[in-house]
Amino acid sequence: MKLELRGITKRFGALTANDHIDLVVQPGEIHALLGENGAGKSTLMNVLYGLYQADEGQILLDDVVQYFSGPGDAMLAGIGMVHQHFMLIPVFTVAENVMLGHESTTFGGRLNLAAARDKVRTISARFGFDVDPDALVGDLPVGIQQRVEIIKALSLDAQVLIFDEPTAVLTPQETDELMAIMRQLRDAGTAIVFITHKLREVREVADKITVIRLGAVVGEADPTATNEELATLMVGREVELTVFKAPAQPGAASFVVKDLTVLDAHGHRVVNNVSFEVHAGEILCIAGVQGNGQTELAEAIMGLEPHTQGIIELNGESLRGRSVRHILDEGVGYVPEDRSHDGLVGSFTIAENLMLDRANGAPFVKVGNLQLKYLSEFATETSEEFDIRSQGILSKASELSGGNQQKVVLARELSRKLTFFLAAQPTRGIDVGSIEFVHKRIVATRDAGVPVIVVSTELDEVTALADRIAVMYRGGIVGIVPGDTPRQVLGLMMAGEVPAEVVA
Amino acid sequence: MSDNKATADSVETKIAPPSRWNVALNEILSGSIIISILSVVLALVVGAILIIVVDPKVATASGYFFARPLDTLGAMWNSAFGAYSSLFQGAIYNFQRPDFAAGIRPFTETLNFAAPLIVAGLGVAMAFRVGLFNIGGRGQMLIAAACAGYVGFAFDLPPVVHLVVAIAAGLAGGAVWGGIVGLLKARTGAHEVIVTIMLNYVAFYLISYMLRTPGLLQAPGSNNPKTAPINPNAVLPDLLGSSYNVNFGLILVIALTVLVWWILSRSSLGFQFRAVGENPNAARVAGIRVDRMYIYAMLISGGLVGMAGIIQVLGTVPSGFSSGIDAGIGFDAITVALLGRARPWGVFFAGLLFGAFKAGGFAMQAAEGIPIDIVLVVQSLIVLFIAAPPLVRALFRLPTPVGEPKPVSLRKPKLKAVAR
Amino acid sequence: MSAPVVTPENSASMPVQPAASSNVIVREKEAIRSWKAPISFAVFAALATVLFWILGKDGTSNFRLSTDTDLIQINSVDLPALATGIVISLALILITALSFWLSLQKRPTPIWIVAIYGVLFMVGFLTWAGVGESILVPGLLLGALGLSIPLIFGAMGGIISERVGVVNVAIEGQLLAGAFVSALVASVTGSAYVGLVAAMAAGMLVSFVLATFSIKYLVDQVIVGVVLNVLVLGLTSFLYSSVLTQHSSELNSPPRFDFIPIPLLSEIPILGPVLFRQTIIVYLMYIIVAVVAYALVKTKWGLRLRSVGEHPQAADTVGINVYMTRFWNVSLAGAIAGIGGAYFTLGSVGSFQKDMTAGAGFIALAAVIFGRWDPIRALLAALLFGFATNLQSVLAIIGSPVPSEFMLMLPYIVTIIAVAGFVGKVRGPAASGKPYIKG
Repeated sequence: MKLELRGITKRFGALTANDHIDLVVQPGEIHALLGENGAGKSTLMNVLYGLYQADEGQILLDDVVQYFSGPGDAMLAGIGMVHQHFMLIPVFTVAENVMLGHESTTFGGRLNLAAARDKVRTISARFGFDVDPDALVGDLPVGIQQRVEIIKALSLDAQVLIFDEPTAVLTPQETDELMAIMRQLRDAGTAIVFITHKLREVREVADKITVIRLGAVVGEADPTATNEELATLMVGREVELTVFKAPAQPGAASFVVKDLTVLDAHGHRVVNNVSFEVHAGEILCIAGVQGNGQTELAEAIMGLEPHTQGIIELNGESLRGRSVRHILDEGVGYVPEDRSHDGLVGSFTIAENLMLDRANGAPFVKVGNLQLKYLSEFATETSEEFDIRSQGILSKASELSGGNQQKVVLARELSRKLTFFLAAQPTRGIDVGSIEFVHKRIVATRDAGVPVIVVSTELDEVTALADRIAVMYRGGIVGIVPGDTPRQVLGLMMAGEVPAEVVA
Repeated sequence: MSDNKATADSVETKIAPPSRWNVALNEILSGSIIISILSVVLALVVGAILIIVVDPKVATASGYFFARPLDTLGAMWNSAFGAYSSLFQGAIYNFQRPDFAAGIRPFTETLNFAAPLIVAGLGVAMAFRVGLFNIGGRGQMLIAAACAGYVGFAFDLPPVVHLVVAIAAGLAGGAVWGGIVGLLKARTGAHEVIVTIMLNYVAFYLISYMLRTPGLLQAPGSNNPKTAPINPNAVLPDLLGSSYNVNFGLILVIALTVLVWWILSRSSLGFQFRAVGENPNAARVAGIRVDRMYIYAMLISGGLVGMAGIIQVLGTVPSGFSSGIDAGIGFDAITVALLGRARPWGVFFAGLLFGAFKAGGFAMQAAEGIPIDIVLVVQSLIVLFIAAPPLVRALFRLPTPVGEPKPVSLRKPKLKAVAR
Repeated sequence: MSAPVVTPENSASMPVQPAASSNVIVREKEAIRSWKAPISFAVFAALATVLFWILGKDGTSNFRLSTDTDLIQINSVDLPALATGIVISLALILITALSFWLSLQKRPTPIWIVAIYGVLFMVGFLTWAGVGESILVPGLLLGALGLSIPLIFGAMGGIISERVGVVNVAIEGQLLAGAFVSALVASVTGSAYVGLVAAMAAGMLVSFVLATFSIKYLVDQVIVGVVLNVLVLGLTSFLYSSVLTQHSSELNSPPRFDFIPIPLLSEIPILGPVLFRQTIIVYLMYIIVAVVAYALVKTKWGLRLRSVGEHPQAADTVGINVYMTRFWNVSLAGAIAGIGGAYFTLGSVGSFQKDMTAGAGFIALAAVIFGRWDPIRALLAALLFGFATNLQSVLAIIGSPVPSEFMLMLPYIVTIIAVAGFVGKVRGPAASGKPYIKG
């Protein structure tokens, strides 16, 4: 089925998220939609999928204009979507998730689960998936959950399939498997829209590439285009893909983690017997696919995990089991991976956010009283130093762009005297300009002689920043390798394999 | 969807900003003050309709509506006007009295009713700001009243000292009863709404038991579930002499309003409270001890709500109390806090308004035979309207401010052919 | 930038591996011991030992198992108080030890052990409290059921509403509105059945307001619920004082439902007269509980309802209208709670009184939570609460050793203990209480 979008425009209040976008996807074609975070890709697809109504423009399937009042209409017309954040209900079984929305029933409205199970088995068999229809979705690993999403879309005979950032949660190997599936679907005549910001994947699998920036189409490209060409199109200017940094001058091993184990609330070992050390003046990157224990490791270091065993030491002093307050007071700086959830209070002003983790004493508090005058001076200076662009220090944090929000977090942490710095996913979801800024500040912190850990799922970021790399898989560290380790070795390690040349 | 937020942030504005005059007008018309006033007006209108509907005189007149329609309209007007004018005269100023000193007495009644409402509202508001919903006002008031009352009638202490000790005991009681909620929330994650509702009943039965048990709260030699009168040394002194019904509690309430304002907007503790209330995750990551903040906030909240019970026992009815001493203030406090938008001075004026309703309501019941329950209807309607500004705006055809969430359309969007 | 890790050729040939392949690092699970059950058991076992054994009284307690009118007569049972107390205390200590052992083994204490423990404790308590007295068991149960009926209807309304994602604190208001309107309409029309339908409409009306404000205007659901309770209380009290009291013979003397004994079933010993010599409202309750329990899990309606309460966005993406699903199911919940309100006026009391529900809606809410949002468990919780309340009045008659207020407190304390997590993990519907905003 041929998909055509004509002049799609979508506004949110005063903001135009999609500005007259045209797109044609032929049957049997994988069409990549490439753009930065926030370029408007997902908005466009939500319009196509009927979740939003376009303010202007038309959607055509096989040259017939479509009117979607909701996802139900889009699905009936043959459009399926594999969502970035899986649209699956964790407490339902696979079969229940697949049948939801178009349930077949027997006498008295009773669900026909047998039919749904059959459907899951048939589709699984066609693509070689190993999915148990009666398993609870919440118990399945993410890779399998994504297959359930695909089965869900295919169960309605989707002729147009949208994959929204499908590789974010996958290992490189799982990514390759997904691409094989996409090719198989394409060869069967499905029109595929593949949304991503990862250049490597686009070049590997796409038949055609459309690049969008700031809500508008800025160009088309062939899969033969170079990374630099694509990146320039996507960002709108020449991009420095590497970070300039001098060789590390490592000092003493001042931050030590030994035999650290973290249990979650259900008793799962989410971090399993992990040991490493970080030297002063060096960046250790913790690489790995999302959900392999990096988040919990970072939170355990910060005293945010209740069930931990083992040793965490900074300059010979134990941090494990101490309060977050104590750890911050020891001079640990922390950028949490989800800034709007854990890093900022959205309804607080920039100034208030800048003192958020120092609300306990001098210089911001004296005898229980907030020092508002000092705060305002401090905030004005710091905003300037960290290039936080806003209407002023009294703007609410939630009104800032992602990049500026991240600069607020960074400014708060780096304006203290640090003995150790831990940044988790420091550039997730922010624009390229801010990424460069954040990377420069992290390297500057290292050069000031502070031990630094950067947790990142983006291989590009890891290879750009790391002096050494620790790869995590299923809660453990697969190995610790030098910063210039080739990508394919890191990729294998991210899938849990220990290459022969790596000594853990 | 997370991506949209980012989209909306990073895509530049392509529409010219509205003119300054427009913005100013919009802010006044759509701002919260006018919404609050309109909500009160709307609720009073609904109240008037109810009063008219149940008035037998209106019913009689409408029996011959087609013969003399003006009679019906007149009866309707008399009914509503009579009710609200007696409400006003019972709450603010009585024009039938010869001099100002007597005419202003209703306003002192209002102040008297408002004092416990304000302080209990402050307690609920304090919990709101840390993200907790304290529906446990009734229980906290009862326990505080019992503690203060017990000290008040069972001890024999010198003046001033006795009063201070009684108030301290009451504050401790309310704080403990509220603190239990904070403790359970902090330690086990128990939802405070459920716990406070349940603790209301536990407190009620506990006090009922103590009130009918000799040696605990029951007055010696009595069979009624009622305490002995409060020792005069522990009674809150009158503020304007014995001819007015307003006591020293009002001064305490004003002082507490200032204190709460200071805590919330000028102190480190309040900063941490607000951080926890707005985003507990970020607060925790920033080293703020969220569980302790819950406990502290509920201790303070319980103490403030308890103060309302103390004022009731030591000020309003010092002749001994029974299990109805809370007089519904614990629940009224929720509406007061909501109307005041959980801001200390907002709560103060909301409390004054509801105090006026109460004072006037009793006068209205006495003069016009309209049941005091109408006050509950008006109060709850005010809060409902205030909570849904879009509804009020729609009713008065006011513009929607920029950035305000629009009401959700429940139906499928109507299909419109969109052309280029 | 370096080359891709794996070339397309070898990736296509790679078999799809199951998740737990033979990797070096295996994610292990370590059980966390929970001492909540054994500790709670120990507390009650100690209480039982002190009360029934050490402070135990000599004498016997008489349990009458059938009334004079029953077809099948069963002899009454005499239990020697002290001996029974000792036996039961020992049994409770034994179960406590078993529970400690299970916890040491990192295993949870199964629910049926908790149930046995509860029944044993109750028998022990009644034997101890009723020394020298006679307790009519069917009467005790009948009274308990009567007090439970509005709680059960309210709880079913609460479950439907919360499972679809709208917290229902307004059960009290729905009950009260149902009670008021059913009394008024039944009095005017002279038909209890019309009154019942009117009660459903009244409960639904309260739900409409709850749904409109919380779903359309995105007002905090708990706030709307709390305020609605005040509104309904004010409205019914106002109308009661100003209209009903003046015309109570025309407006507030509704006909009551007749008792309809079901042949055969009503002759079952002990339980027959309790369960099957009842009014239409009680039979309606059986049907509604059964239908809700079945349909929530097995039907399209239930699947969609739960999906909206767990993950509204996922439901939206498969074409389910989240707003309408919430709106109509909250309305349905109100209608069911409204029936519970009608029971007050048409089933038990016979006329409307000011604030006659007296907090039953909040106990129903407690039953919803204590029953973990499951219809059958909530039914049992409501029965337990009704039993505790009725036990209090029975004990008051035979001369209770426990102050009646403490019995009345029981449902509330039990609920606090439940939400504090001492009775297993309480997990509500994931999206309950959260307004859904598209996008």
